[in-house]
Amino acid sequence: MKIAIRTFSYQDHLNEAEIQAIEKACADYEQRPAAAIEALQIVQKQRGWVDDPCLQAVAELLGMSDAELEGIATFYNHIYRRPVGRHVLHLCNSISCWLSDVDELADHLRGRLQVEFGQTSADGGITLLPNVCLGCCDKAPAMMLDGELIENLSKEKLDQILSKLHQGGENG
Amino acid sequence: MDKPLTATLNIEQPLDLDQYRNKGGYQGFARALDLTPEEVQQQVKEANLRGRGGAGFPTGMKWGFVPMGEDSPGRKYLVCNADEMEPGTFKDRWLMEGAPHLLVEGMMIAAYAISASVAYLFLRGEYRLCATRLEKAIREAEQAGLLGENIQGSGYSLNLHLHTSAGRYICGEETALLNALEGKRAHPRAKPPFPQVVGLFGQPTVVNNAETLCNIPGILRQGPAWYQDLGRGEDAGTKIYGISGRVKNPGLWELPMGAPAKEIFDLAGGMQHGLKLRGWLPGGASTDFLLPEHLDTPMEYDAIAEAGSRLGTGGIIALDDKHCPVGMVLNLIRFFAQESCGWCTPCRDGLPWASEILNRIESGRGSQEDLDELQRLCDFMWMGKTFCALAPGAVEPMSSAMKYFADDFQQHIDKGCCPYRH
Ligand SMILES: Cc1cc2nc3c(=O)[nH]c(=O)nc-3n(C[C@H](O)[C@H](O)[C@H](O)COP(=O)(O)O)c2cc1C
Ligand code: SF4
Ligand code: FES
Repeated sequence: MKIAIRTFSYQDHLNEAEIQAIEKACADYEQRPAAAIEALQIVQKQRGWVDDPCLQAVAELLGMSDAELEGIATFYNHIYRRPVGRHVLHLCNSISCWLSDVDELADHLRGRLQVEFGQTSADGGITLLPNVCLGCCDKAPAMMLDGELIENLSKEKLDQILSKLHQGGENG
Repeated sequence: MDKPLTATLNIEQPLDLDQYRNKGGYQGFARALDLTPEEVQQQVKEANLRGRGGAGFPTGMKWGFVPMGEDSPGRKYLVCNADEMEPGTFKDRWLMEGAPHLLVEGMMIAAYAISASVAYLFLRGEYRLCATRLEKAIREAEQAGLLGENIQGSGYSLNLHLHTSAGRYICGEETALLNALEGKRAHPRAKPPFPQVVGLFGQPTVVNNAETLCNIPGILRQGPAWYQDLGRGEDAGTKIYGISGRVKNPGLWELPMGAPAKEIFDLAGGMQHGLKLRGWLPGGASTDFLLPEHLDTPMEYDAIAEAGSRLGTGGIIALDDKHCPVGMVLNLIRFFAQESCGWCTPCRDGLPWASEILNRIESGRGSQEDLDELQRLCDFMWMGKTFCALAPGAVEPMSSAMKYFADDFQQHIDKGCCPYRH
């Protein structure tokens, strides 16, 4: 049996800006692990998702075990532990949106992107995910696209948004 | 009528510090600093403010459990609960986007009242615009010397931090929230000890809902008697009521506590053309169904409880006659099953089980035994059998739907299909 000796340093995996931002978050709390969720969000902001080396690096920086931090990372709906597309689309599936027939929009999206919820379109453009109530219930149906809330959805509005994303993807 | 919660609210462009001050902003805080913390608590007690987070717990009484005086712990915390993830609830978002300084001032007064030196604003991550606007308000208050060391020469010091979460309903439960803030997995804690004595990092802590805290500046500025008079019935003050579902104009309104539900439906213009109201949840996904015949009930804690439900968050969800009640309950239970933290068995196992049964019934594959089983599950997950109120909250719409819409459940089984599918 081979025993791997861990020579791991968080500096190898996080950049200076990330480390500084995480340190700043730590200063808001009595204990460093309290900054965990903010730290994960900082890392994800730069990279789109949190890979294993980054998770280990954050754990080391905060003085937690990897397993402990993994337990937190996987607890939250908006920390991605798998790669996502260039854009992430969360469609609300809670009650007020359901009453506004969001299921029809969900079918429409699945068809257009040729994916199921939880998958990324073949060109790597868009990851489709569900979301619980987004607090837009009076303007249902609603979704969150790359962090921005978009309300009063219809098929036409979705099509417009998707075309724009597609053009953006090709040009950039 | 006075509307202290929305008088300074501007959703397009919230007031900056100077504009807010010109409208009387931070006068409540200045008045608080002239009083002792205990006197501030007394004002809020006399005002009879009840928590807007869902349970309606008297705010002054909640603060009263915090150890005070020379011998009390040096570090205490005030936490604003702005996790707002209860489906059908969108009131805190409106207040935070439109009146960020009102909340910051409310937090400052509450923190002073319990002599807390640090305050956290626990915000759900999806509310990005709220985060930007709150962050700006906090910076402005810091720069004006309203936050920080020795505020306005009073000897009182307070630091206020924004914590943005990353989406998990259970974080709104106040003890789970404390675990989340400590960087732990957010399952609830056993009570007692209550957070007011042993809370964040083991220190005395008060957790209040964002809307609750927005009520505080007005109480300090205009007094408890004024505040009491705002209410129309038993409860004091005003409340942000909302409505969603198939009404003509879904939205939010600030109304006196105790305004009848019918008034909210009328403000929303009634049901959309061609639709009739079948039932309604008075305050978010975790409240019992009420019927059209209950529309005259005042939207206040005791009256709604007498009618058989809970005021909850005051966000009404209207069920129309073209949507299936079984489908609605299935949607709700799926939410609760997904968001269960998994800590205790009745909830962790009971909710997915209920969701499976409901799915069977809704798709026309259910049996009579399934109905009995569902009824048993309601009991299995009820108050006292679970570690926190999430599972009992899930039971509320389910058991009330089985009571009021029994025919609909039965038809799914008798016909072997959903009668609403077109
Ligand atoms: C599952 C669950 C979720 C909750 N979510 C929230 C929430 O998002 N916001 C909130 O203010 N209270 C929420 N509560 C209620 C809190 O536990 C707590 O009662 C409230 O924050 C107290 O504030 P108040 O006294 O000002 O009403 C939730 C409770 C449970 C059981
Ligand atoms: S009732 Fe559900 S959410 Fe609450 S502690 Fe038990 S498993 Fe967790
Ligand atoms: S239910 Fe979709 S935003 Fe609230």
